[in-house]
Amino acid sequence: MQRLACLTPVVAIFFAFWLLPMAWLVALPAQKGWATYFAILTHSKYWLSLINTVGLSLIVTVATLVLGAAVGIFFARYRFVGRQVLLSFLTLPLSFPGVIIGFFMILLGGRQGLVADVSEALGAGRWTLAYGFSGLFLAYLYFSLPRAIATYTAAAEKMDLALEEAARTMGASRYAILRDVWIPELAPTTLACAAIVFATSMGAFGTAFTLATKFEVLPITIYSEFTNYANFALAASLSIALGLVTWLVMYFARRYSNSPTAVI
Amino acid sequence: MKHIRASQRFPFVLAILTLLVTLFMLIPMALSVTAGLVNNYSQGLASGLTTRWLEQVWEGYGDTVMWSLMIASVCVLITIVVGVPCAYALARTRSRWARLFEELLTLPVAVPGLATGLALILVYGQFRDFRQSFLFILVGHVVFTLPFVVRTVSSAFANRELIAMEEAARTLGADFTSRLVGILIPAVMPAIVASALMVFTLSIGEFNLTWMLHTPLTRTLPVGLADSYASMRIEVGSAYTLIFFIVVLPLLWFLQAIANEVQKRYGT
Repeated sequence: MQRLACLTPVVAIFFAFWLLPMAWLVALPAQKGWATYFAILTHSKYWLSLINTVGLSLIVTVATLVLGAAVGIFFARYRFVGRQVLLSFLTLPLSFPGVIIGFFMILLGGRQGLVADVSEALGAGRWTLAYGFSGLFLAYLYFSLPRAIATYTAAAEKMDLALEEAARTMGASRYAILRDVWIPELAPTTLACAAIVFATSMGAFGTAFTLATKFEVLPITIYSEFTNYANFALAASLSIALGLVTWLVMYFARRYSNSPTAVI
Repeated sequence: MKHIRASQRFPFVLAILTLLVTLFMLIPMALSVTAGLVNNYSQGLASGLTTRWLEQVWEGYGDTVMWSLMIASVCVLITIVVGVPCAYALARTRSRWARLFEELLTLPVAVPGLATGLALILVYGQFRDFRQSFLFILVGHVVFTLPFVVRTVSSAFANRELIAMEEAARTLGADFTSRLVGILIPAVMPAIVASALMVFTLSIGEFNLTWMLHTPLTRTLPVGLADSYASMRIEVGSAYTLIFFIVVLPLLWFLQAIANEVQKRYGT
């Protein structure tokens, strides 16, 4: 009885404002015929958008894991002046909305950006990299790295140095240590981190919205179907596909990682 | 972890990568701070410093800051008040329904905010007064952040020692209220504070959902930011970003400090 009273408010909020709307969203494409559910697979435009989004998210995930692990291990192993301050600055963007990061890329690689100024000074003309694939890649990297750096630093601090020391005294090469010590020891962190980075990249809307890129990603496609063409059924169908992909990735990461709360 | 032999050889690769990442992360922040304070962005610092962009932003978008802070605070309050009891109930229930509900509760986090926003509009968009109030945005934020509170606090409640302690108190005759105040709440305080901080941070920066839910009269800080990036000069966008830094970051640091303090006092 007591438990029921404890549960009721959350259950009520969740059903009224998430489950019911979502059920509506899932049912909506049926009005336009069952084929609408598969629009993402049958229309080359949407299929391309999905491929773009998955491809971009995968590349961003791999780059984030490699760089995040390198920085995390560095921060866990070496003590230097200003380390704590630097670490807090590097994890600061965790609290930035995606739109700010899109704007950062405009400042960095836009038409009036820093890269354009530098490349012009070097006599290579004004480079703009903010509005294409490279701009999106860098922006997604920017918002993914802080999380990876924070998680890898924490994980690397717990790494067993004796194992590495043993490998070294037995003559293991740097590559062998990387392959046989570092990667296995950091594997659970990597799995959890990869899932979150991938899911966040798939669903990121603010960044691509600010950059208004030619490289179309799924959240932008959904948004323009909804607002520009008022094509609600199609927007719903694409949202279902996007939600399904991200949820599946999170679900499997949670199942195969040993800590249930690392991946929410 | 001081100077251990394993780290005797200084790894130049790691150091260089760290340096590059640091530059990549810090340069845009520095650029946006300076761009918001100079008279003319394309002429740079030579055009002189000014606060007029900041003033212009404050006049046009000042209310968005206040509304964002308000929504974030109310969101924390609601998610904690309803989330903590729910976390307790879930941690003490073994039924399959409870597990299923826990699983369902992760969905609003896994499913992109855009989809949640779309769904809310489709169902509740017709209720005009609701649709045009900040309550609509608040509801979105609550649904999105509630899972963080429930899951974090629930795993704290599920601690075996805590269960044993509560059981001992119960057999010694302590009623639910005194167990709650004397044992349960203090034990999970660090989890509560940590999740409150998380909710606040998420709500302040939330855009994916909020952009769908906002109206011209209900704008939050990130919505205003997107608006200024799209329609204003680059100096104004930068000044607005600077205001975000000035208002939000010290607040987050302050809350983080409180969370650390609680962790020290109550933590295991």
